[in-house]
Amino acid sequence: MNGIDILARLTERFGTAMLASHAEQGDHTALVERAALPEVLRFCRDDAALGFDMLMDLTAVDYLTYPGREDAPRFEIVYHLYSVPHNHRVRIKAGVEEDDLVVPTAVPLWPIADWFEREVWDMFGLRFAGHRDLRRLLLYEQFEGHPLRKDYPVSKRQPLIGPRN
Amino acid sequence: MGLADFFTTKLDSALGWARKYSIFQYPFVTACCGMEYMATACSHYDVDRFGAGLPRFSPRQADVLFVVGTISHKMAPVLRRVYDQMTEPKWVVAFGVCTCTGGFYDNYATVQGIDTILPVDVYIPGCPPRPESVLDGLMKLQDKIAAGRQRF
Amino acid sequence: MTPTPDTASATPPAAASRRTQEFFLGEGVPESGTENLVVNLGPSHPAMHGIVRIVTELDGEQVVKTDVEIGYLHRAFEKECEVGPYNAAMPYTDRLNYVSPLINNFGFCSAVEKLLGIQVTERCDYIRVILSEISRISDHLTCVGASAMELGAFTVFLYMIKAREYLWEVIEAVTGARLTISHGRVGGLKADLPPDFEAGVRRAFAETRTVLAESHKLLTTNRIFVDRMQGVGILSREDAIAYAVTGPLLRASGVPFDVRRATPYWVYDRLDFEIPVGESGDNYDRYLVRMAEMEQSMRIAEQALARLPGGPVNVDHEGRPFALPAEYVDRGKLGKTEGLLITDIRLSPNLAGQERRHHVKVNAPDKRTVLPPKETTYGSIEGLMNHFMLIMDGYGIRPPRGEVYFAVEGANGELGFYIVSDGTDRPYRVRCRPPCLPPMAALHRMLEGGMVADIVPTFGSVNMIGGELDR
Repeated sequence: MNGIDILARLTERFGTAMLASHAEQGDHTALVERAALPEVLRFCRDDAALGFDMLMDLTAVDYLTYPGREDAPRFEIVYHLYSVPHNHRVRIKAGVEEDDLVVPTAVPLWPIADWFEREVWDMFGLRFAGHRDLRRLLLYEQFEGHPLRKDYPVSKRQPLIGPRN
Repeated sequence: MGLADFFTTKLDSALGWARKYSIFQYPFVTACCGMEYMATACSHYDVDRFGAGLPRFSPRQADVLFVVGTISHKMAPVLRRVYDQMTEPKWVVAFGVCTCTGGFYDNYATVQGIDTILPVDVYIPGCPPRPESVLDGLMKLQDKIAAGRQRF
Repeated sequence: MTPTPDTASATPPAAASRRTQEFFLGEGVPESGTENLVVNLGPSHPAMHGIVRIVTELDGEQVVKTDVEIGYLHRAFEKECEVGPYNAAMPYTDRLNYVSPLINNFGFCSAVEKLLGIQVTERCDYIRVILSEISRISDHLTCVGASAMELGAFTVFLYMIKAREYLWEVIEAVTGARLTISHGRVGGLKADLPPDFEAGVRRAFAETRTVLAESHKLLTTNRIFVDRMQGVGILSREDAIAYAVTGPLLRASGVPFDVRRATPYWVYDRLDFEIPVGESGDNYDRYLVRMAEMEQSMRIAEQALARLPGGPVNVDHEGRPFALPAEYVDRGKLGKTEGLLITDIRLSPNLAGQERRHHVKVNAPDKRTVLPPKETTYGSIEGLMNHFMLIMDGYGIRPPRGEVYFAVEGANGELGFYIVSDGTDRPYRVRCRPPCLPPMAALHRMLEGGMVADIVPTFGSVNMIGGELDR
């Protein structure tokens, strides 16, 4: 299926939950409501025509200092899906407000989401409801804060040993 | 007495000569510099001709700690522990600019030079250093080993 | 305490750090009352490629549970990319998969070019293909060599590193460095190929083929090697897809997915190559897949070398070809000085290979992104202004607002770059989708149920590269 058909199929199934869609630079993207995420992702994986059996990437973006997005949700969680039998891709995004940083987990659908979600928790501080073991992946346990957020300065060091330079 | 000093000096230089040509390295390899470390250790730029060709992966059996590659704050306690477990005499070589000063990783995750946590004997800058630089650093280390007071 | 806690939902931070402390200091007694031994293959370990920690729970020699801990080489790639302009991210991308740095470089450049919507020259695409394949070969040589060394076959390691040296000499002639090359630029390359490139590549490939033949004789039917690798570390096809494993590991499990075939980029659709696919997904199949891929990479590079297009030979700084220098002089005398070079420049030998006639062959003719060649910069006002506008803070490459995802076939699998731009000269968010993170997440599936001695060959065949895993 080409990208336009994929988005059409998602829209026909999820009508109101699909907030927006675009195909800039050839990447077909759908912005959905956060509450509808588990259903949308399950449909993407289980529907025969879509067949997205591979979760290529799961990441987040912090739109705190993005010009022109002041009233949009601060974070956005981004799923890149790929289908091995059909060889097509789609990007699913959902906005996450700053005062409610919880996203339903995708681990029951794709086991790789375990580590991707741990990394998002580590770097951004978004919790995943239903994740069995949400601990830091790349940083050490004693680290405070979430470094990929825009309000974390790049050179603020928290050494475990050695001087605080 | 003069004669005793003569003997200890000769013993020192003999021991120094022996120690500098039988370096057992502990390659604490983390990152890209490890590729150049491998290249230095292999046939083209052979480090075995300096007597330093046998890496020992146990700190108890090694005398030179080659810290190769970026050390992050998560890894720093491990490095310190390995250094503490090494037996005397021991030397530390900071291989690569990430270990010398942190390199261009001036961020929340990188130790800005391992000399903030360990005493370093030889610094080999480069990102990664060419094998020729590594051999030059190794020869400087050999000079340092030979010239020092040998304790045993 | 068991390595993987069975407590539901979020782990309280105090318990987690206490557990980490206990593992680290070797204290703590298994609470469950079983006799299983918890052994830590710690971060500083020769076979862990430096920086992964596998906490294993052993029942005798059998591995019952593993907990893989990564992050010891986290160097904040994604945060550092947000600090500087787009081309300043190039050295950081080198150090992602540091054994095949050219692939990362060009992947990032292509992602930004996709965002900008510019098309590079055909010659640039061919050169990117050739250099990527050379990088891929050196990655596979390092992987197979290191994993053979960890099994005791030290000779194979020495042979393969010898072949890698020949390839690195070629790369050094092109880019100036052996390992961290920073050769790609948005819109093209840093410089064109040197004149003796083809001869150098042929010599390096001949050496590599000899080494591969020798390694085949030493390893492929070697009873010890086969016994240790066959049937070990199996990753089934369903597991591989569920864990989003790509690259040689997925192909060894039987799925013929290769980004170069699935979504061809650069000029891969014009080149003829096979994709080696395994059957059982064990370590031996991964070894065979990698050996076959090296031969295919050499085939691709040779085809691309044969078809490498030239470029315009005599062009002025606007890209217009001209016949004779005398024409220039006549036009100048008639007062038509607009667009002419004002001063003729002799470039320093340090800039050899970057003269205008080479520069235009590999860089897109896009003034918004590509630095003008040095003769133009130093010799004309337009060139100087163009250079200034691309380099100074606040100016520079400014892609339109938006997001893009571009995937290339890295040596370990699909290397994707997801870039979000806010219209300024600094990337807003750069995400690197690491190809070796999924196999590391799936590592516990490959190790559990096996023996302790199987951890080393399995881990070696995953080809974890720390720079890419931890970014």
